Amino acid sequence: MATATYVEEQRSIDKTALITGSEAIAVACKLADVDVITAYPIRPYDTVMQYICKLVANGEMDCEYIVAEGEHSQFEIVKHACACGARVFCGSSGVGWMYAMEALTVTPALRIPMVAMVGNRALDDPGAFGVEHNDALAVRDLGWQLVWVDNAQEALDTALIAYRVSEDRRIFLPCAISCDGAFLTHSQALVKIPSQEKVNQFLPRYNRADLLLHPDNPITVAPQGNEDWVMEIRRQNYAAMERSSLVLKEAYADFDRIFGRSYGNPFFEEYETDDADIVLMGMGTLSTPVKVAIRQMRKEGKRVGFVRMRWFRPFAAAELAKSLGRFQAVGVIDRDYSFGSPYMSGVLTTEVRTALYSAAGPKPPVLGFIAGLGGREVTVPDVQRVADSVYQAADGKSQPLTQWIGLRE
Amino acid sequence: MATYIQIDPTQKLEPFKSVKKLPLEEYFTSGHRTCQGCESALVMKMMAKAAGPRSIILGSTGCMYVANTTYYSTSWVVPWMHTQLGSSGSAALGTSAALKVLMRKGKIKNEPINVIAFCGDGGGADMGVGAISATLTHAEYNSLILMYDNESYANTDIQLSGSTPWGANTTFSSPGKMKRIMHRRWKKNMAGMMAAGHPECKYVATICMSYGLHGMNSIRKALAIGGPTFIHSLDPCPKGWDYDPYLSHEMGELAVNSGVWPLYEVENGVLRLTGRTEQIAAGKIRRVPVRDYLLKQGRFAHFTNDDIDYFQSKVDDMWEKWLIPGVIPFRKDVEADPPPAN
Repeated sequence: MATATYVEEQRSIDKTALITGSEAIAVACKLADVDVITAYPIRPYDTVMQYICKLVANGEMDCEYIVAEGEHSQFEIVKHACACGARVFCGSSGVGWMYAMEALTVTPALRIPMVAMVGNRALDDPGAFGVEHNDALAVRDLGWQLVWVDNAQEALDTALIAYRVSEDRRIFLPCAISCDGAFLTHSQALVKIPSQEKVNQFLPRYNRADLLLHPDNPITVAPQGNEDWVMEIRRQNYAAMERSSLVLKEAYADFDRIFGRSYGNPFFEEYETDDADIVLMGMGTLSTPVKVAIRQMRKEGKRVGFVRMRWFRPFAAAELAKSLGRFQAVGVIDRDYSFGSPYMSGVLTTEVRTALYSAAGPKPPVLGFIAGLGGREVTVPDVQRVADSVYQAADGKSQPLTQWIGLRE
Repeated sequence: MATYIQIDPTQKLEPFKSVKKLPLEEYFTSGHRTCQGCESALVMKMMAKAAGPRSIILGSTGCMYVANTTYYSTSWVVPWMHTQLGSSGSAALGTSAALKVLMRKGKIKNEPINVIAFCGDGGGADMGVGAISATLTHAEYNSLILMYDNESYANTDIQLSGSTPWGANTTFSSPGKMKRIMHRRWKKNMAGMMAAGHPECKYVATICMSYGLHGMNSIRKALAIGGPTFIHSLDPCPKGWDYDPYLSHEMGELAVNSGVWPLYEVENGVLRLTGRTEQIAAGKIRRVPVRDYLLKQGRFAHFTNDDIDYFQSKVDDMWEKWLIPGVIPFRKDVEADPPPAN
């Protein structure tokens, strides 16, 4: 039948579309044939749910699309659906993510491979719609795999990778995909949409296996463990997160093989680092002004590179330390804060210092910069000021360990 | 007319005719560590028996989580999963949604499976009321939310909840030298609120397992009717109410017979007073004075005669001044606002 042939053709052809980061993740949910999705409004993540609503309404996607009455319920509903064998998707932003915190805590503890999108947003108060990374970072110790993407293509691809890795029986941990509010959630770019055929080849069906909650498998999930067993159970989560690095590498290799697009090192992206004296670091869409600034600085003869952390959990400490050892100094730009932390630095800076401390090789000085809070733009001159300070440190001149950039004095 | 709500088929669960006709199989068995005389444990046992083996049960934090599911000694024969304190509504909804979509997509066998989420009064009437309310509006998902109400946070040390009766002595409302009555809120009317506020919910009932067959048949009706349903069970608690455990059954009977705990069901929007409550309303039996109920419990031992009179007057109001006795606190004022003619 002609129609059938047409559908088959559609299934096997990659397409290109001009879409936002949120829409890219909605498309990934459709391609992944997600079963249960829960929505609750908060800017800026909620655009993904608006796109999914349209996909369902247009008959392009078959799922239970449930609008919850709060983020706590939103995450609890999909947590339970996932325990019964359903592939699930959820998401939030800012204080919405924090409202769901109890559910976010138990999800990795229950070994639920939920995939969520965080449209990064500043926490209240005072109110701000713009990006800050403290929302997603709040779960960094709990067993969530955390990834920051910086463009719509990467958002789509990473969502598929997230399902593949999270639902691997060796992992069974949730994954949150962070997309900077506005800069990515609402910005359009040309995105290659892979064919259903290739996605099916890359992404096996979710199999809850021995942990399935069903009358045919009458198990008791999450009883009272107390001091008798909780420590052993925590250790299992530790082991799962430890395996995550390996499974991520497998998934990225398969992604390259099936879709013909490679991300290189899955954990962090390096830009102009081959001959760099100093490097800057950061996560998310910060990469745009930093890369522009680097191109300008290189015209002036300054050999500056950039390392964009993609996966924050698991944190590729050894690989990162090895890479950073090549440079004379490192400047980490945090779009977050951690008041009272060592040297009052941001979260990423502190993690990078920790990674370097135990490294076998050289340990360049690490300067922390806090910038772009509440959605404030990080400008090219901002990045140049950061680079100047890092150059000073490279020359052995004392610099403050934490500096606020772009701050109104 | 178009069909907007797709309700999946449910199990055919006919009412049990008598106690002698109950199945022998138990789905809530040994392994639990509930207190002697725990009526909530009886509710769990009866609930699981009424539902049968093709069921998934979700339990929110509370006595029936902590005492029933010590690691490696679960008392549940059917699949059981913990849910957070305020999440019984979300647990029911998520589980039911998963079953619905997985069956529709052919990812699991298509068959009716009961979904029950239970919560205590703390998890239900306090923290979880929003999620329960939301679930009762999702008419296409079959589930039962059962609130076992022992009238305090009994597992955490007997603290008062929104469902604790007026004046009761709990660890958060213990009487002192200057203030005798530390708990001055009247018990929240959960079943009435759920019935009145959720027109798509096909079944809401109150039960007390002192009347076991009645309770079990309410549970079967709630599971068979389709869509989300709600049952509120009053469970005497020897530890929290402070009475000898052998009195649990009698305490439940006294709650009903004193009119403190009216039994009723709202089935497809039709209200029916049931059991002893129906007989009280019809004037066939008289209400027992609440004094007989209150003074058997240590939690009311500090009550003066005035306190008992006040309690009695509030219960009398429920029966004499409410438009529908014991169900919804809209007052009738026959002279000024006569009820509509039939």
